Amino acid sequence: MNARVLPYVLIAPVTLFLCVFFLYPFFLVAQQAFTTGNGFTMDNFREVVSYWKFPISLRNTFLLALAVVPVQLALSLLMATMVNNMKRGRDLVLYVWTIPLGISDLAAGIIWLAIFEQSGFLNSMLYGLGVVDQPASFLSYQNMTVVFIAIMLAEIWRATAIMLVIIVAGIGLIPKEYYEAAEVFGASPWKRFVKITLPLLRPSLQTALILRVVLAFEVFAVVAALGGSIFPVLMEQIYENQFNLQNGGTAAALALIVLAISISFTLVILRALRVPKGATI
Amino acid sequence: MSDAASVSGHSTNKAGRFVYVSGVVLLCAWVLIPLYLLLVNTLSSPEAVNSFPKSFLPGFDLGSLEFFAGFSGMLVALKNSIIVAAITMVLSILIGAPAGYALSRFEFRGKEVFRLLILLTRAFPLPLLALPLAVLFIRTGLDDTAFGLALVHTTLAVPFAVLITFSLFSGIPLELEEAAWTLGCTRLTAFTKVVLPLILPGITASAIFAFVISWNEVFAAAVLTIENRTLTAFLLQTLSESPLHLKFAGGFILVVPALVFIFAVRKYLFAMWGIANR
Amino acid sequence: MSFKTKLAGAMTGVAVLTSAVAVQAEVLFWSTQARPAEEAQAMRVEVLGGFGPGVDYQPNEAGPWLTRFKAEIEAGSGSIGVLGSLHGDFSSLDADTLMDLDGLGVMSSSETFNNLAKLGTDSMQYVPWMQASYIMAANKEALQYLPEGANIDALSYDELIQWTANVHEAVGQPKFGFPAGPKGLKHRFFQGYLYPSYTNGVVRTFASPEAVTAWEKFKELWAHTNPASTNYNFLQEQLLSGDAWIVFDHTSRLAQAFNERPDDFVAFPAPAGPTGRGFMPVLAGVAIPETAPDKDAAMALVKYLLKPETQLATLRATSFFPVVDVDLPDDLPPAVRAAGDAVAKMSASPDANPGLLPAGLGSKGGDFNRVFVDTFERIVLAGQPIDRVLADQKRALAKIMDDTGAPCWAPDAPSDGACPVE
Repeated sequence: MNARVLPYVLIAPVTLFLCVFFLYPFFLVAQQAFTTGNGFTMDNFREVVSYWKFPISLRNTFLLALAVVPVQLALSLLMATMVNNMKRGRDLVLYVWTIPLGISDLAAGIIWLAIFEQSGFLNSMLYGLGVVDQPASFLSYQNMTVVFIAIMLAEIWRATAIMLVIIVAGIGLIPKEYYEAAEVFGASPWKRFVKITLPLLRPSLQTALILRVVLAFEVFAVVAALGGSIFPVLMEQIYENQFNLQNGGTAAALALIVLAISISFTLVILRALRVPKGATI
Repeated sequence: MSDAASVSGHSTNKAGRFVYVSGVVLLCAWVLIPLYLLLVNTLSSPEAVNSFPKSFLPGFDLGSLEFFAGFSGMLVALKNSIIVAAITMVLSILIGAPAGYALSRFEFRGKEVFRLLILLTRAFPLPLLALPLAVLFIRTGLDDTAFGLALVHTTLAVPFAVLITFSLFSGIPLELEEAAWTLGCTRLTAFTKVVLPLILPGITASAIFAFVISWNEVFAAAVLTIENRTLTAFLLQTLSESPLHLKFAGGFILVVPALVFIFAVRKYLFAMWGIANR
Repeated sequence: MSFKTKLAGAMTGVAVLTSAVAVQAEVLFWSTQARPAEEAQAMRVEVLGGFGPGVDYQPNEAGPWLTRFKAEIEAGSGSIGVLGSLHGDFSSLDADTLMDLDGLGVMSSSETFNNLAKLGTDSMQYVPWMQASYIMAANKEALQYLPEGANIDALSYDELIQWTANVHEAVGQPKFGFPAGPKGLKHRFFQGYLYPSYTNGVVRTFASPEAVTAWEKFKELWAHTNPASTNYNFLQEQLLSGDAWIVFDHTSRLAQAFNERPDDFVAFPAPAGPTGRGFMPVLAGVAIPETAPDKDAAMALVKYLLKPETQLATLRATSFFPVVDVDLPDDLPPAVRAAGDAVAKMSASPDANPGLLPAGLGSKGGDFNRVFVDTFERIVLAGQPIDRVLADQKRALAKIMDDTGAPCWAPDAPSDGACPVE
């Protein structure tokens, strides 16, 4: 088939599919963001942005993404190299590390709340070890740092596997000869990692980062479980508008703001980790 | 990079080996301990779940699990969940992988727009889209079918499939394919014989994502299925308000099938025919 | 390509197979109530098992519940036979989308409830289905710290604060539990309990000097409240775990504690303030959407639900009380007995100051609740000055009342037109 037509044939099915099941409902919803009953308006945006919790939820969402994603990136790279170097039992180890993938964010929230709540496992352990003489209240508005760290840990636990799987799949494609050659020249493991693994892994790194960042801006269930009503995030505000206030317009406006943030970050990552067309030998 | 053994000197080797092994063990523990605690709570009596300080050993009280064994509709819901997840898996790979290939191999007009479209689908909350989708489904008869729900789940899973296959195709030298063409392969046979085996890990990863996304999705499932409820929609709706011991047991039941699935496909995540080890 | 076509064929096959099962005569009961696993099971078996044509009882969170209903209305056809939810959820719906149920011949024995169910129209848009209220509960451990001379069945807010302070001092930890989590019903405490008890109003008196006192008192109480309360949604969990000893919540959100360990807890009326013992009901109703596939079957189900026997079975299953006159038997579950006693004492108390559910707010019910939640979060959690926050939130409240034109409800004095925020 003609190389000019072929790409379009290849992307046609998914494009068509997304037009029907995503773009069509998306435009209907997006339209609501710009209407309040009589014609085009920006009122919905003004309303949600001027709400006192908006800056707080924006800040919380950013801080969390900023704290969680880099750790996950480093951790998943570390895990991927470790598992790739393993001679025996590597599929078992990888399996263990990917287990959190199968756990929904709601279930993850339940699990981590059982650890951090006042009569939870962490307090049980500290109490058993004699560190505290009565259970401490970790998840309270008086020490937001602890709440933040708890949410961070739970998110790192839950969602690192997303990046790990993508990176492991990509790392296997790096030709072994490169490493062998580097060894001959006496390059240290760290040098090999920086000079060979990282550059050649760029496509997978890009994908993993983009997907993870986009999902990080939609964080909700784990935050709601651990942060209760004291750690508002953008997604929570969207649900609040849509279901509690039953205002589809303001909910859509907020969702578009999240979308804009996600897209701008995606563009930055795309520029920073540009992928060449097909690797060359 | 073969092994820590390649580092010169006997003592550094030993120390490196020790750091390496303890790192692996530590990371395994980090993943497994929270899960173990879920298991402890699942297998404990209601009193033990509420007690303080908590025991770190399970009481082997099966009461909570038995409750769900008698919960009507569980098996049907489980079957529905599996059907929906399976269709989602097949669909998202079938339509996603070709697009991933196109993205990695060709420069074409509209490529950037297409990539953004793919990402847009993940950056917009599904619960807002559920209303217009439900109207569409009710009008077209897709409402309350496993297939209809799988279509929605595919929208969620397809960005993963496209982007993962894209990144893997990008890692495969174009020359490899070109070499196959000169050896008499057509574009299609070069693809199936040379490229496809190489991206099996990517296909597997996409399949895993599709499965767990579909398995864990609750909102669309709750809105779009009634007679054919999925297990997640069926259970999760009731869990958040259930007493603690049932919450844990229900959460545990939901986790198990996903873990079994990942276990079954885990080894395909590794490049079986890595480019170099011919 | 042939592989793809085969696969497409197989897939359509699956679709046909899975949809072919959907031949149904059962009535779909789409509800936001009785969601907990055990309650849902009891609804299916004990309550609805006796309805001849069969019922498919599907409890949902509010989000999917509303989305599905709206979609069916918009599409013009649907599968929901009967809707079950709270008064507040119904009042946000367009009354035209619900069947008029005047002709049905069943209603609750409370004139007030029947009027609420009209949603501002001339005829019943839903039928009152079951009721509950909010009460206090305590771990028996806490009883020894009751202030001198205080009667647990006739506490004042000052005595409650003293009590929680005593407990705090004795055990070294704040043990009052308050449902301030994301799903907690904190706003109802302010609307139906704190405000009526201190200001004899909710809307008119929102920013009055008495309201300032009320918030000051609440801040005192908060000093002895477990700070993790911002994670608490269902206080039965904290009662059982011991994280909280004295709590306020919805009767059915305390039920688990009483049913599991009936001897460990006591239920008692809400406290009283200078203007009486404010309290408020919870009202759930059932309605039939205009798009119901089989309206006769749906009507039959609504009638069935209002039968005295069914109402009793519902009480056992969900801890929600009947809305028709029923003689309560003696063998009720512990939670029902405890809650029933507390509510009875509350309404029979000489200083009772019963409030009504907000009415006439239409789709602004959520915004109305948010005013109170925001006020709480700003005053109590963020520590902002009370009068400034009240002046600020007053504007938001006044706008809601003006936009909806909702007249005052008890305990606010009646108004001509929109209820004014004074």
